[in-house]
Amino acid sequence: MLLLTCPHCGVSGDETEFAPGGEAHLKRFGPGSSDGEFETYLFYRRNPKGVHFERWRHAFGCGKWFHAARCTVTMEVFGTYPADVTEPPAELVETIRAKRPEWEGF
Amino acid sequence: MSEPVSAIQGRAASGNAKGLAIGLTDAGPQGMVTLRGDLSSPALAAAVQEAVGVSVPGTREANFAGGRGAVWMSPDELLLRLPYGDAPAATAAIGKALDGEHHLALDVSDARTVIRLTGEDVPEVLAKCAPVDLAPGAFPVGSARRTHMGQIAVAFWRIAETEWEIVALRSYGHHLYDWLAASAKPGGKVGVF
Repeated sequence: MLLLTCPHCGVSGDETEFAPGGEAHLKRFGPGSSDGEFETYLFYRRNPKGVHFERWRHAFGCGKWFHAARCTVTMEVFGTYPADVTEPPAELVETIRAKRPEWEGF
Repeated sequence: MSEPVSAIQGRAASGNAKGLAIGLTDAGPQGMVTLRGDLSSPALAAAVQEAVGVSVPGTREANFAGGRGAVWMSPDELLLRLPYGDAPAATAAIGKALDGEHHLALDVSDARTVIRLTGEDVPEVLAKCAPVDLAPGAFPVGSARRTHMGQIAVAFWRIAETEWEIVALRSYGHHLYDWLAASAKPGGKVGVF
């Protein structure tokens, strides 16, 4: 069971209150892109063992989307942040580096 | 015109000596207006004041005065609570007041069931139903929370020390009522608070 904190309404709720939305920070390839790029966008995911960035929606709450960084091995949640960014905030990356020195970075 | 009826048509119960100290009452048809927009806007604050006579509530708060109130639903959404008959006029007035400003005001009075919970054991009962911290001090008067009870989305708020309201979509009315009533049965007190 994950405990996530919604950055929009501040609720620290349990996983059942949220809906997962897959990997975060995907670069979208739309019309005009090559078949290879489109395939990558649609199907290729990192699926790492360790630090992972995900999209979540506070479905049974304020209804807003946000991003969460967590460890897929220990289920530790490093932090959450609003979804209107293209990369994780610097201080969160610092926190993760301190806890997971072997992490290859975002 | 036909008379409005609530989904659970006046069901009510109260705890007995062996049960929990809780009263469950169908609040009947209640006026509810969904208001979406920029909650920091002065025009919106004035429109809310005009409609329900309270200020715009802060994050996860509910402001009530004299049976009317406003509940924080999300960073850009409020639920205004007022008498059933006043909702259409209030919705129109808000639309007029916020003309030209990006917003949405909709009378959703018939969309939900409102159940009034009274008594000192309400946190005890709700804590068994929803994954919310209701320990003493964690959910003071004026708090509001949207969450879920099993598969159904609910929202509840604390109007006074022993007075709460819980809402769910209309079709879940009986399910919600039965669930709360079962949680308040004699012998159901967990006693952690």
